[in-house]
Amino acid sequence: MKKKSVTKILLSVMVLLVSVAFCACGSNKSTESSETGNSSSEKTTESAADDTQADAANSDNSCFTVGLSQEISSLDPHEDTDAGTRSVLFNVFEGLVKPTTDGDVTPAVASDYTISDDAKTYTFTLRDGITFQDGNPVTVEDIKYSLERSAEMDGESSALSVISDIKLVDDKTVELTLSEANSEFIYNLSVAILEQANDANQATNPIGTGPFKITNFAEGQYLEMERYDGYWNKDLDCVKSAKFKFIADAQSAFVELQGGTIDMLQYLTSDQVQALGTENYNIVESTMMLVHGLFLNNSYEPLKDVRVRQALNYAVDRDAINDFLFNGKSKIIQTHGYPTITAWYNADTEGTYTYDVEKAKELLAEAGYADGFDLEITVPSSYTQHVQTAEIIAEQLAAVGVNVTINQVEWSSWLSDVYQGRDYQSTVIGFDISSLSPATWYKRYYTDSSNDFTNFSDESYDETYGKALATIDHEEKHQLYGELQQILTDQAASVFIEDPADFIAVSNKYTGYQSYPVSAIDLSLVKPVQ
Amino acid sequence: MKYFIKKIITLIITLLFISLLTFTAFSVIPGDAAVSKLGVDASPEAIARVRAEYELDQPVLTRYVHWLEKALHGDFGQSYKYDTMTVTQLLQSRLPVTILLAVMAFIIIIVVSLPLGMLSARYAGKWVDMLINQVTQITMAIPSFFLGIILTVIFGLVLKVFQPGGYVSMEEDMKGCIEYLILPAVAVALPKIAMVVKYLRNSVLSEMKKDYVRTAYSKGNSVNQVLYGHVLRNALIPVITFVAMVAAEILAGSLVIEQVFSIPGMGRLMITSISTRDYPVVQAAVLYITSIVVIINFLVDILYQLADPRVRTA
Repeated sequence: MKKKSVTKILLSVMVLLVSVAFCACGSNKSTESSETGNSSSEKTTESAADDTQADAANSDNSCFTVGLSQEISSLDPHEDTDAGTRSVLFNVFEGLVKPTTDGDVTPAVASDYTISDDAKTYTFTLRDGITFQDGNPVTVEDIKYSLERSAEMDGESSALSVISDIKLVDDKTVELTLSEANSEFIYNLSVAILEQANDANQATNPIGTGPFKITNFAEGQYLEMERYDGYWNKDLDCVKSAKFKFIADAQSAFVELQGGTIDMLQYLTSDQVQALGTENYNIVESTMMLVHGLFLNNSYEPLKDVRVRQALNYAVDRDAINDFLFNGKSKIIQTHGYPTITAWYNADTEGTYTYDVEKAKELLAEAGYADGFDLEITVPSSYTQHVQTAEIIAEQLAAVGVNVTINQVEWSSWLSDVYQGRDYQSTVIGFDISSLSPATWYKRYYTDSSNDFTNFSDESYDETYGKALATIDHEEKHQLYGELQQILTDQAASVFIEDPADFIAVSNKYTGYQSYPVSAIDLSLVKPVQ
Repeated sequence: MKYFIKKIITLIITLLFISLLTFTAFSVIPGDAAVSKLGVDASPEAIARVRAEYELDQPVLTRYVHWLEKALHGDFGQSYKYDTMTVTQLLQSRLPVTILLAVMAFIIIIVVSLPLGMLSARYAGKWVDMLINQVTQITMAIPSFFLGIILTVIFGLVLKVFQPGGYVSMEEDMKGCIEYLILPAVAVALPKIAMVVKYLRNSVLSEMKKDYVRTAYSKGNSVNQVLYGHVLRNALIPVITFVAMVAAEILAGSLVIEQVFSIPGMGRLMITSISTRDYPVVQAAVLYITSIVVIINFLVDILYQLADPRVRTA
């Protein structure tokens, strides 16, 4: 009898647990349907059918599924977000202009624009007949609202804070007046144009003017989109629906790519590329658009001396790092710049520092560190690329007497301690291209700038930066920004290593994918192979 | 009755203590929730605004008291990261699948390890036992992460009976959800099966040495009758404790398996919320795990009393 009661107990416990699970399911449903403010919950029920259809459609080639390695942080395009989120929202929102595949901008919400001679007044013509994804026409009021909203959300550091006045000349013309001349301002105008009437719901019910509209967002899991047939560019011929799926683990993502659950994946390692083969996949070789390097805290005693910093530049074998991590496919850089953006990149800086252990030792001795010194490299543990680079560098620096210790920290800690607190000696990280305007990139090395986390300071740099900002002539700008890059190299602001190669695999059931120099996964270029 | 009340009071005190501990721990470690949410180059004004909104500039105890007040009414606040959802909604969306996975894994564990353990004990020293021993050793040695990947590759890419990453949520398609979860449940269960089998085998073998077994045999019981009629329920007692620990562990959310199989469960939520410093979610998740552990221990105590009348608390 006792034996039976034990079994009974076990059974009843299991029944209890299972019923708890089902209760939780039940209450889940009721919570979701009673959510009035969150319209995506209604969409969940209707697109539950869509999802199963989409899964079936996946085999019909009409739902393009992209694997993402980071979650989408927000659906509000004016919120300061990460590159991953921006590359997804690229399809849903547009600004007065939008980026092109070669680093320039092209008119989007505006059909045309003019810049005054003194580079203080920008005049835009609203495109005829352009509508939001809910069918409402875009008005000049929406433009004003959007620019003001973005500026407000970003605060003082907003690129749009230089706008002193937005004048609605008529219902097709908007005139922006800047408080100071800025010839590059057009690059800041890819800020999303949103509908003023939707103000309360920008984050929960996103509506833009782009070629795709969001149909379902399961936070932390996936985002679904559908082609917007009222889009202003009628020449588009692309996939009808798409899904961005968040997959936390890179290895699992790769398996899903191989299994056909997803159609596109970025940031493949060179081993994975070889494993895939070219039979069923197109590999697009692109760059990550990152300035990847060993960043030096110029305030750390030994690193205060330019000769020490230069010595480090001679002591690091960039090719070895490139070969090991990227099969040699990355582009070696020696300054803070993006080689694919030829408009601003100073290629003369390349080759300044060769791999020369003797020269490195010489410089160290000159600076009084013949016996080397201790250096701590703090790396965010979640980025294997950076950790591995740090390990390689540690070995290389040991050859010149620099005693390296590697300190792995969590990402949040890296942000608060290293980036904000500047409590570090050196770190390996990559800076992505947050804006098409070079002024933003080079502000990072301006004395006392809020993001000068390397504590770099150089008078001639500051002077040249000021001149570059002031001038409106493109040629002169190119010249001056080139000078800035040269200063960064000569003064060895840090050890700049490479712009890492980015291998993107796209299933060859689809064609047309092209990469952008800014964060963008442009679905409008992709279409199923017939 | 008094026993129940005592246990419930213990539960409440434990929960309070743990929640205070978690709260304090997070205020001490580096990492700023606002920066994590807004990103590296956010303006100081934006960061200050978010910090004020989340009361991060207040002293720890004040924040804790505020949180406690709301929590007692069932309001665990708003997630920082998934800011359109309340913590309750978030947990409700993640808990069911974790619980389902745990239940499935648990069933597999019980169904497989009990017979295997008994078999191993019955034929102790023979090749059956050796074989089971070897296999369990191997399964225990394989890290669950690797096991998950291997299973996915074998069943997904080679045999093609499994769609990698093809998770369907319960609301959409219950059957499809369960089907997809079978492989992850197996991946969770395998290492645990190995341990339970070993435990049960040893427990049975030590019971077999006892006097009452000799008596049972001398009264004419067959081996099977002795094993299943007399020994099993005695041998199960220590195993129950162990299995309870296993249950608590898998209910807390198998992070690694969830990661590998792209299952949106509690494990992944925990890790994400810790690394993004999403305090409200972390608090609630820790409370969930604490409750699970305490409740399961409580159930185990009850089971003990029912299984073994000698063990009775006053």
